[in-house]
Amino acid sequence: MHCAGHFFISITVSPSRTNAVRYDSRMHPTLQSTLQPAAWRLKLSRLLASWWYLLHLGAITLVLALSPSTWRSANRIAAARLIYTSTWQVLPWFTVLSTLVSLVMIRIVLITAMSYGLSQYALEMMVRVLVLELIPLAAALFVALRAGLTFNDRGGFTERISAPATNDLALSDSPTLAQLRRDLVPQVIAGTFAVLSLAIVSSVIVLVLAYLNVYGLSPWGLEEYTRTVGRVFDPVVSVGFALKSILFGLAVATIPSVAVLEMRTRGIAIGSSVQPGAIRLLSVLVVIEACMLGVKYL
Amino acid sequence: MKNSAMPPLEPAAEAQTVASLEAKAILLLVMMVSLICGFVLYLMFARGVFESTQELVLTSDDSEGVIAGMDLTFSGFPIGRVQRTELADDGKVRIAIRVPRKQAHWLRTSSVFTMERGLVGETRIRAFTGVLTDPPLPDGATRAVLRGDTSAEIPRLVASVRAVLDNLANMTAADSSLNTSLANVQGATARLGGRYGMLGGALGSDENAMKLITALDHVNALLAKTDQRVFGQRGVMQDAQATIVQLNAVLTDARTSLKKVDGVLAEAQAVGANARLASGDLGALRSEVDASLRKVTNLVDEINRKWPFARDTEIKLP
Repeated sequence: MHCAGHFFISITVSPSRTNAVRYDSRMHPTLQSTLQPAAWRLKLSRLLASWWYLLHLGAITLVLALSPSTWRSANRIAAARLIYTSTWQVLPWFTVLSTLVSLVMIRIVLITAMSYGLSQYALEMMVRVLVLELIPLAAALFVALRAGLTFNDRGGFTERISAPATNDLALSDSPTLAQLRRDLVPQVIAGTFAVLSLAIVSSVIVLVLAYLNVYGLSPWGLEEYTRTVGRVFDPVVSVGFALKSILFGLAVATIPSVAVLEMRTRGIAIGSSVQPGAIRLLSVLVVIEACMLGVKYL
Repeated sequence: MKNSAMPPLEPAAEAQTVASLEAKAILLLVMMVSLICGFVLYLMFARGVFESTQELVLTSDDSEGVIAGMDLTFSGFPIGRVQRTELADDGKVRIAIRVPRKQAHWLRTSSVFTMERGLVGETRIRAFTGVLTDPPLPDGATRAVLRGDTSAEIPRLVASVRAVLDNLANMTAADSSLNTSLANVQGATARLGGRYGMLGGALGSDENAMKLITALDHVNALLAKTDQRVFGQRGVMQDAQATIVQLNAVLTDARTSLKKVDGVLAEAQAVGANARLASGDLGALRSEVDASLRKVTNLVDEINRKWPFARDTEIKLP
């Protein structure tokens, strides 16, 4: 992995000038290989296999997480440790940050709406934009970013799951169920829980902030405010909000870990310093968000 | 997640850390679950799940803009919520509204429901109750909703505006009567500003104005001559004044003569009165004369009879 991110280009000036530039054989697939139609099929099959690996392993992890035999003492401790790391340590900072950003956005929306004489729609817009869309996405990205930092930490999940000390995982072998129970399931549970926790705490804080910004400390707007919130959270939107948060959590917890596992088990060298599965995670988040928006507003 | 840089913990310390970790994780779980449950309960309360409601059905011929969850307002306060909209068998739209029972007393049998749609903003359904002492609206009541659509007025408004604009375009066209009038006014004002001013504008040209001024000069000269002939020395007025003095004298004489005539008439009246009296006496006189003549006639007849010259009055028969 130490040489994977570097390009070795040896330039040989031959008298015949036929091979002016020759690439080193250890390089990644280059422009020449990607342009060949024969390579497309190979790349496509690898891509599909990779997605299938992700779905398969994700499904296994979910089933394991829901089976009672997983929750033995050791796994519970591992899950508690990860929940503590991914949620307890993050929650204050994320709450402070999201509160500040939300406060700024609430003020902007409120002042803009008032200047156009549309203040009656400001509250609904704040709830729709902040609570329903931005905060779950921000929580998911925040947890994913922290997972990336964990990945770069050499003592993290990837090191342990592929460590030879376990003696049950050889290179290019799939991880066993015991390994998944021990390492991946707590990771997925903790990641999902982290996303849900951050989203729900920030949502509640944003709802309170929105009320305070619009009505001040007066309790007399509570009925109208409750009515507005009730109008926004109709059954479809509420189910969509919960589903989106859970899917975000699962994606954030599963995709990077599975990507690392795939690389380890298939012996794929890491091509850059970007976290494995980051692009895939981002695209999945965008697809989930787009699907939810489509269901809600189309 | 154990960091390789950290020194390994003692077993007792590790057990304490693990217990602490588990406690924190459980605390976190409990907090999150309670938060989620509270949020769900709040949403259910906000959606009116715990309220006792009654149904009101509004019928309309168009449901555009009506969505489930929108409010029914009374005096600006939301008192109900649209539950669903559906198409009835007769093609009309049925808007089912759930009204909480604690707010239902605002709706009476005489309540009127309107549906308004502005240019900006959502459709609003309002209730108006004129007489709050009427019987309350029963559960499941069906009422027709009155519609007021601003956007429906726009085509008619546009047609009217277009007609006005066409008229305006006709009025402002190059050959329009307004433009012609304005050109005429401009010509008239130009003439007003000419040498003869308003006179030239009124008469149409400077030549006519010049003729008028010449005529006025002649009239002025004529007036001067007339003044001299009438009011000057040996003028008509002087003769007329002398004549009037003489006429006064004649009138004075005439007045004197009339007074004399009055006297004569008074005397004539007296004579007339005497004559009337005399004519009264004449009747008696006449009767006396008649009686005297009758007597004379009788006397003559008597004499004739007795006189030898009497005629033979005997009639001899053959």
